[in-house]
Amino acid sequence: MAMPFFTPGDDPGASFPELLRRMGLGTDDAAMAAAGAAGGRLDVPHATTCVALRYADGVVMAGDRRATSGNLISHRGMEKVVQADRHSGVAIAGAAGPAVEMIKLFALQLEHYEKVEGSALSLEGKANQLSMMVRGNLPAAMQGLVVVPLFAGYDLRRETGRLWSYDVTGGRYEEFDHAATGSGSLHAGTVVKVGFRDGMPRDAAVDLACKSLWEAADADSATGGPDALRGIYPVVATITADGWQRLDDAELAARYQTIAEEVRAR
Amino acid sequence: MSMPFYVAPEQVMKDRADYARKGIARGRAMVAVRYDDGIALVAENPSNTLRKISEIYDRIAFAGVGKYNEFDQLRVAGVRAADLKGFQYSRDDVDARSLANQYAQILGQIFTHEMKPMEVEILVAEVGANGAADQLFHILYDGTVMDEARYSVLGGDAEAINARLIDVDLASLDLDALTLGGAVQAATKALCGPDRTLSSADLEVAVLSRSNGRRCFGRLSDDVVAGLLEG
Repeated sequence: MAMPFFTPGDDPGASFPELLRRMGLGTDDAAMAAAGAAGGRLDVPHATTCVALRYADGVVMAGDRRATSGNLISHRGMEKVVQADRHSGVAIAGAAGPAVEMIKLFALQLEHYEKVEGSALSLEGKANQLSMMVRGNLPAAMQGLVVVPLFAGYDLRRETGRLWSYDVTGGRYEEFDHAATGSGSLHAGTVVKVGFRDGMPRDAAVDLACKSLWEAADADSATGGPDALRGIYPVVATITADGWQRLDDAELAARYQTIAEEVRAR
Repeated sequence: MSMPFYVAPEQVMKDRADYARKGIARGRAMVAVRYDDGIALVAENPSNTLRKISEIYDRIAFAGVGKYNEFDQLRVAGVRAADLKGFQYSRDDVDARSLANQYAQILGQIFTHEMKPMEVEILVAEVGANGAADQLFHILYDGTVMDEARYSVLGGDAEAINARLIDVDLASLDLDALTLGGAVQAATKALCGPDRTLSSADLEVAVLSRSNGRRCFGRLSDDVVAGLLEG
């Protein structure tokens, strides 16, 4: 492939999706829509429950690991909460294929922008970029391949954690304190809503996120709980001024042990 | 009917090369030095915003001297080529050698076919998983590529700076024995020469460090550079 060289008036700027289109590598919307047309019958893997909430130092994001195709579990170790760049992350629910591709492209776009422009996008700018990508998926979504992400990050200019939820059409809504998405979002979201306190410390916020996924897994068949047998735990990450930090499985195992004992004692 | 004057091809090439060299000589130089944990890139650059050194990909950095708009255009093309390749294949498939070859093609093409050659010299540096895999590709305005071993000097005063680095005799120094501080000091000394001094504010310093995680590239702030220069 030749090095992409553009004349000044014809330059795609810092947009990676636009560059892909120019080089003839853009996503094939027609093919996606055609795949989606069979979406009702085609049991593509679906990703499920994710939550995000603000706390004293930033935000916590958490997502279970299960992907389902119809009534079957298609994947037990899927990672739906993904780091987008140093100070932000995305959580996805919906058709796994397009969702994973969207996150990959989104993370790449943030890095591409940062390198071409020499400085990172603002957090709001990143949220806006994701909104455009969700909107771009609308034709496929209309055919059943819905992708509904959450976006959260630490705003270095405002020095606070912020989070956004989206709808299928790319609608972008900034949430003040917490958000949930996916099949178990009703249960997980309620647990977070009831337990949320302003300016929670890290421990309490992480515990609340873990509990919310526990309750979602308890009530929603498409949400996976902690799997001690295989050592698979939800992905939980914090984003603070110091950046993205994923909690390791040992810490999560201990937290879920405590939660299990609390539930047993009810 | 007017007849165009015949000019020998040797003369055309010589004139173009002189033109490019003059343009490059007007700017200030930069030096890249390998050290134990990666590659230090040190440029004389009083501007804090118009960069000569920048990130191309996870393990690859770009540095340019000469005419800013021209090497910046090359830099952006490199970022695009690398990101496209990484997207299409995998992140591991992006390498400095292939980028250097593409740059050489473009510069060579422009040198022979366009009205005016690019007044730039560029460096594509890649840090390997261990010191043996580090690479420095130095590319001239006419598309000449040089694969350099221990350090690389770009810019107008390159010969004098090179001579000063030869005096330090980096090549015989064991790579493990050269720390970041040592590399930045050697580069700065070579850049400024015996007659003047350069402070951290006059320098733009970045590293490709093996211990930086996935994205090895990092800029060093003036304070950090001042600390390194004091040793």
